[in-house]
Amino acid sequence: MRTGTAAMRSALTVALCIALLENAACNREPRTPARPFPASNQVGGWEKTGDIRTFEAADLWKYIDGEAERYLQAGVQRVSTADYKFQNKVDAVVDIYTMGNAEGAEKVFRSESAVDVTPIQLGDGARLYSQSLVFRKGACLVRIVAFEESTETQQALLQLGQGIELRLARR
Amino acid sequence: MSIKSSTSRRDFLKKCLTGAAVLRASGRMGLLAATEQGTALAKSRVVMARDAMLRGAGTTVDSRRMLILLDRAMQALFDRDNAIETWKNLVRPGETVGLKVNALGGRGFSSNLQLVEAICERLQEAGIKANDIVVWDRDSDELEHAGFHVSTGGNRVQCFGTDRVDYEQKLVTHGSVGSRLSKILTQSCNVLINVPVLKDHDGAGVTISLKNMYGVIHNPNKYHPNGCDPYIADLNMLPEIRTKMRLTICDATTASYEGGPGYKPEYSWKNNALIVSQDPVALDYTGWQIIERKRAEKGLKTLEGDGRAPHYIATAADAQHRLGTNDPRKIAVAEL
Repeated sequence: MRTGTAAMRSALTVALCIALLENAACNREPRTPARPFPASNQVGGWEKTGDIRTFEAADLWKYIDGEAERYLQAGVQRVSTADYKFQNKVDAVVDIYTMGNAEGAEKVFRSESAVDVTPIQLGDGARLYSQSLVFRKGACLVRIVAFEESTETQQALLQLGQGIELRLARR
Repeated sequence: MSIKSSTSRRDFLKKCLTGAAVLRASGRMGLLAATEQGTALAKSRVVMARDAMLRGAGTTVDSRRMLILLDRAMQALFDRDNAIETWKNLVRPGETVGLKVNALGGRGFSSNLQLVEAICERLQEAGIKANDIVVWDRDSDELEHAGFHVSTGGNRVQCFGTDRVDYEQKLVTHGSVGSRLSKILTQSCNVLINVPVLKDHDGAGVTISLKNMYGVIHNPNKYHPNGCDPYIADLNMLPEIRTKMRLTICDATTASYEGGPGYKPEYSWKNNALIVSQDPVALDYTGWQIIERKRAEKGLKTLEGDGRAPHYIATAADAQHRLGTNDPRKIAVAEL
């Protein structure tokens, strides 16, 4: 009886250790949030028009060519990208870079010029232009680029960005 | 470096051939003024044609205006009064022509669709069969994302990426470069027309004609250190590229001066121009100056000041490569 109890206690201890180790592994590196990309019409006026494509760090050059070096030096892990359309008028692309940590996202963010930018409050830092929005949230750097400019584009970008930021915050 | 717009095409040609051109330098571009040459001095011709109304009142390029703009550029470059004649000088019926576009920038910043259509139209009028024209880059998905319609087979212009046919097994080498070439280059075309986009580049400084050949090889990611130098020049020395390349038509309709090569609309501008030349080094040099001028206008440092001067251009022109000239005294630029 005493032997059986000891064995059970050992098994429980081992199971607990395994669970703790797994939890530590999960928290060791950031993951791309499961659903950071809003589905169609989850953000007013925005329709998701393409599948999500993902490029891991080793293949990042296939997506952004020479720019990949800057991201690699900052510890990028992957980029996921999807196409959107606003009110059937303005096409846009959303890129979400998952960096190794928040410092990496900040490093890339700060390495870019900030001319003619509209300062806004979004995530941990953001820049809004007439046709694009860049912001960082934790270990993620998000870039949304619209291919046409209109009177509504900037506000629409901000709304989409806010929708994505909300999803990133839910991790 | 600019020639007065009132200069006739025939004068432009004469000056290119005799070297007696007196070119008015633009102070903002910081280029040398040409001196009177007593001796004959062959010059590389670069034509920049612009249409301020290329997009009409909207943002999309007008197809008809693009065709006219292409014609103007080609007629000036080849000194012909008839657009079709310029193309007949360039290609022969029975040849297969590959248009190496640049689809990396996606919808907003790839080789312009209307430009590519215009080139295809003129090639066919010059006697090239539709299915002997291949519009290509490295990846079919990338082409689709850029707005091209991937199409193979049938009696129509072909459009697909190297992913459909793969790279040659054999490694070809020159200098610092050892790569496998796209089978589209080696097996599907015997004439190459380069259709790059005018962009600045994070590493190389600029990416225009010569660097567009990175899309021809299986391992371009290996050739980005040191500002892509001497890799760009060495790559363009490969015989399969050198012997087939006939012309560069640079899409300068939308160009970038910062943040490239990806599309950053905040750092791009609607230039509404084409730059054509048979000297890719001279074209890249000219494009570089255009980008520097825009950077100065926006209050940005020069590319050199930003730590990314395009040294590869000088390498491409040096004695070991001689891919063209980067000497402004030997480049005749006509702005139409």
